[in-house]
Amino acid sequence: MKPFVRKAGIGMFAAAFALAMTGSTVAPAWAADPGVSDTEIILGGTHPYSGPASAYGNIGKGIGAYFEYVNDHGGVNGRKIKYIDKDDGYSPPQAVQLVHQLVEQEHVFAIFDTLGTAVNTAIRPYLNQNNVPQLFVATGATTWGKDYQKFPWTIGWQPDYQAEAILYAQDIVRSHPKAKIGVLYQNDDYGEDYNAGLKKGLGKHADMITKMASYETSDPSVGSQIATLKAAGCDTFMIFATPKFAIQAMVLAAQQSWHPLTYLNNVSNAIPYMNAAMKAGGPSAVNGVITTYYLKDPANHARYAGDKGMKLYFEIMDKYLPKGDKDDGNYLYGVSIAYTMVDVLKRAGKDLTRKKVMDIATHLTESDNPLAYPGVVIKTAPNFRYPITQMIAAKWLGTDWSPTGLLVDTRSMMTTAEK
Amino acid sequence: MHDLAQQIVSGLATGSIFASMALALVLIYRAMGIINFAQGELAMFTTYIAWQLTQTGMPMLAAFGLTIVIAFIGGVALERIVVRPVERAPQLTVVIVTLGLFTVFNGLAGWFWGYVVKSFPTPFPTSPLQIGGIAFSAQDVGVIVVSLITLGLISLFFQKTKIGLAMRAAALYPEQSRVLGIHVGWMLALGWGLASVVGAISGIMIAPVVFLDPNMMQSVIVYAFAAAVLGGIESPIGAVVGGLVLGVVLNLLGTYVEAIGNELRLAAALAIIVVVLMVKPSGLFGRTTVQRV
Amino acid sequence: MSFNAGKLVPVLIAVAVIAVLPAVVPSFIVFDLIFVAAYAIAVLGLVVLTGMNGQISLGHGAFMALGGYVAAVLAHNAGIPYWIGVPLAAIACGVVGILIGMIALRLAGVYLALATFSLAVATPSFLKHYKSITGGFGGMSLDTVKAPSWFPLDAQHWLYYVTWAVVGVCFLLSALLVQGKFGRALRALRDNPVAAVSFGINPYYYKTLAFGWSAVLAGIAGAFFAIATAFVSPDTFSFALSITLLIGAVLGGILTFWGALVGALVIEFLPLVAQQVNAAAPSVVYGVTLILMMLFVPDGIVGGVQRLIRRFVPPKPSQPAFQPSAPSAAPIAADQPSRE
Repeated sequence: MKPFVRKAGIGMFAAAFALAMTGSTVAPAWAADPGVSDTEIILGGTHPYSGPASAYGNIGKGIGAYFEYVNDHGGVNGRKIKYIDKDDGYSPPQAVQLVHQLVEQEHVFAIFDTLGTAVNTAIRPYLNQNNVPQLFVATGATTWGKDYQKFPWTIGWQPDYQAEAILYAQDIVRSHPKAKIGVLYQNDDYGEDYNAGLKKGLGKHADMITKMASYETSDPSVGSQIATLKAAGCDTFMIFATPKFAIQAMVLAAQQSWHPLTYLNNVSNAIPYMNAAMKAGGPSAVNGVITTYYLKDPANHARYAGDKGMKLYFEIMDKYLPKGDKDDGNYLYGVSIAYTMVDVLKRAGKDLTRKKVMDIATHLTESDNPLAYPGVVIKTAPNFRYPITQMIAAKWLGTDWSPTGLLVDTRSMMTTAEK
Repeated sequence: MHDLAQQIVSGLATGSIFASMALALVLIYRAMGIINFAQGELAMFTTYIAWQLTQTGMPMLAAFGLTIVIAFIGGVALERIVVRPVERAPQLTVVIVTLGLFTVFNGLAGWFWGYVVKSFPTPFPTSPLQIGGIAFSAQDVGVIVVSLITLGLISLFFQKTKIGLAMRAAALYPEQSRVLGIHVGWMLALGWGLASVVGAISGIMIAPVVFLDPNMMQSVIVYAFAAAVLGGIESPIGAVVGGLVLGVVLNLLGTYVEAIGNELRLAAALAIIVVVLMVKPSGLFGRTTVQRV
Repeated sequence: MSFNAGKLVPVLIAVAVIAVLPAVVPSFIVFDLIFVAAYAIAVLGLVVLTGMNGQISLGHGAFMALGGYVAAVLAHNAGIPYWIGVPLAAIACGVVGILIGMIALRLAGVYLALATFSLAVATPSFLKHYKSITGGFGGMSLDTVKAPSWFPLDAQHWLYYVTWAVVGVCFLLSALLVQGKFGRALRALRDNPVAAVSFGINPYYYKTLAFGWSAVLAGIAGAFFAIATAFVSPDTFSFALSITLLIGAVLGGILTFWGALVGALVIEFLPLVAQQVNAAAPSVVYGVTLILMMLFVPDGIVGGVQRLIRRFVPPKPSQPAFQPSAPSAAPIAADQPSRE
């Protein structure tokens, strides 16, 4: 690098340079793992509290609430959890800068539950280079489970989008072998993952897919797409969409007098959304819709009236987030994933190291998550990093989801390693 | 043929959404010669107020009426407090102020009401309608009819009432109007109030279709800009026609032109804005020309 | 026109501060300052285009996207190093910028703002559409920049000094550009287009060139954005970025080069401050700050400081006080982000 300043500047520049050298000897000292003291474990995370994905900010709040609850009940092996959660605005550069700050300034022990595929992809190389655990990322992209050899410090949590689509495909092949499938999907990696799963699950029946219509998150309405699918003669409707568009899709289908057999991805199946669709499109918009579950639905007051896990959830919400909307599944997701995090820290014991925590996270069998759907076991192995693979299919009958059949496990369908 | 008709009807439904929002943009432009980037967010915010009122158990139409009153007062107040001081500032300053309002109202709505998508009550029946096998909803028809009624009332107001005429005079010839004793400042405030009312009506009409969330207008506003430009940014009737045309054209391009598909709708809207501004800046219905240097 | 001491001293102070800063601030701030450098380059482009020439662009994020993707695609697919990628990004943006500048010629004032706003909103959909090149919505990861072996510090410091050196080059070139005839023509076209044209200034030539140069700067900024993040995706260049750039230029002070530097600091750190003030609604704090600034300090932080200085130190009669566009003395402003 050639200094472009003139002579007068060069001496000054050189001096500054020397200063800079001495100052930057803050070489990362990972030997004694940062973020753990006798009294405290520091975890860091980022969520979108502003910008287009702000709805998911409540996940971060749910996590914070659960950690407070744990701290008020003695903490984890005598230590309190300090959770530093920042607003990344759903922007990858912003998230990368914040994660640098969390690691280098706040000296977090691990990064926990950063949200979004792009954000997590952006921060993954840095965290892995510095051996900082990137635990339980909040996205269902396949890469978290598949690319662990390249990124050993990273692990997902929620079911893989592909796995979910495979389940729907199998259900169609089994019970509706003559279906003509129409797909509405969000035009990004999230939608593409679902499409890939659907094709994988249909296997040699992939020609059942009659028409695919994509939408952009910038579209005001999906009316045109619905008309296209209807016109193609589809009788089975896959909705691979985020809540707003999923609601629209169900309502518009009913308004266009199209009544296919509908499969709805679980991102959008919370009861408040179904009620919104029912209000706008009438009962025929939602009746008979099929979806899957892996967590309890906080809006389903009747089903979980006496449930111990839900009692805990409401207790936490009442105490730590009294103004939060308890029916919002994002809070419940947060509490549930934070439970797994605490579980891992507890099992890691008093001598906490990053390596040990990663080890526990990849040898996990957690069968008592209070907010997972009854029977769902969160299970990992060093070469199997899809923690949640079990789901229950459910059908909307009248006012509520009603489970059909037993828990299904997609474990055997997951790609376990990238060559 | 039947598919084509269905796409056109569906396009009219979406287009009516653009039209009603474009109408509000045009009103502000006529009143002050500025483009209000916050118009969509203001409409969203007033729609949340309407939702809040219906939650208190107030009858739907009463809630809507009260919302319109609040929107009017809010619009006037905003003009007086925030816009007035920069009225004579360079255009850039005004643009930045409206961007600031955009950010503030988006953030406020998220803060007060959260980001979870909500359904919004509609005064129209929800059961589907069919004519000759082409399906549509009462809501779609309702949005178009309400937009046309709003348009009619606005035209009457500007052409037949004293205050409407005074507003036009104040916008076109502020100095002369002042001499004639027209209170120009209040006329501009009134313009903001009216645009805010039209925005509120638009939000209330749109929300049952796109559903209520703080970002609901961000997918509408660019298309509304395109509609306003297409119709002629000073022409209320142009805004409505532009919106409907745009809705239909985008649907047809998305469905039948492979290269555009559903993916490049925004790009198509952008192209429409640029091409119209370059080739015929007065749009389909405008009379004045855009100043060029 | 030559540099006089009054102008050189603050520049040297700024250079010294930038050189020493990594020694005194924590390492994550060093990382943040790389982004400040990138912002400074992009905002500088708007100072030239909007401040000096009066063309309002709400779409310069699109040029950042183009620059970022050119550098990223070259690195990702062909292994081309950044020091080739950045100049290529600049060239690509220059060409596209001139083309778009020719369109912009025909759109006056607020219409240009409207068209560029739409460009900013549509940019991510272009990036997604050409998946085979851009990697689609999931974006592309890049290798992090490595320091050459002779460099005594780590890679982050290397990137810091490289980026700020480029900032220096961009400021210097822009200063040379606007000092002479070119700058006078730009300002004349902004202030009184009719008179300017009658004096024989060709508006097409100068306005297009201003647009092209600002696009070059935005492209360089975008390339460094991509390199520093080591990742690009459509979300990296959302429409909010375009708006942020203009906000930075206006808050910093759109009439001076110092404004670009201050504006870059503001847009990097204001969101973080806003989070501290109100974690529930950072954007409300951000927006209110913006509006208050426009109501009370419409000429930006640097403009406000300059007025303040002038109040206490009346300008020497020999200095032309009416020339706000040349970088003039505002020595400390660069180090003090607004507290409003």
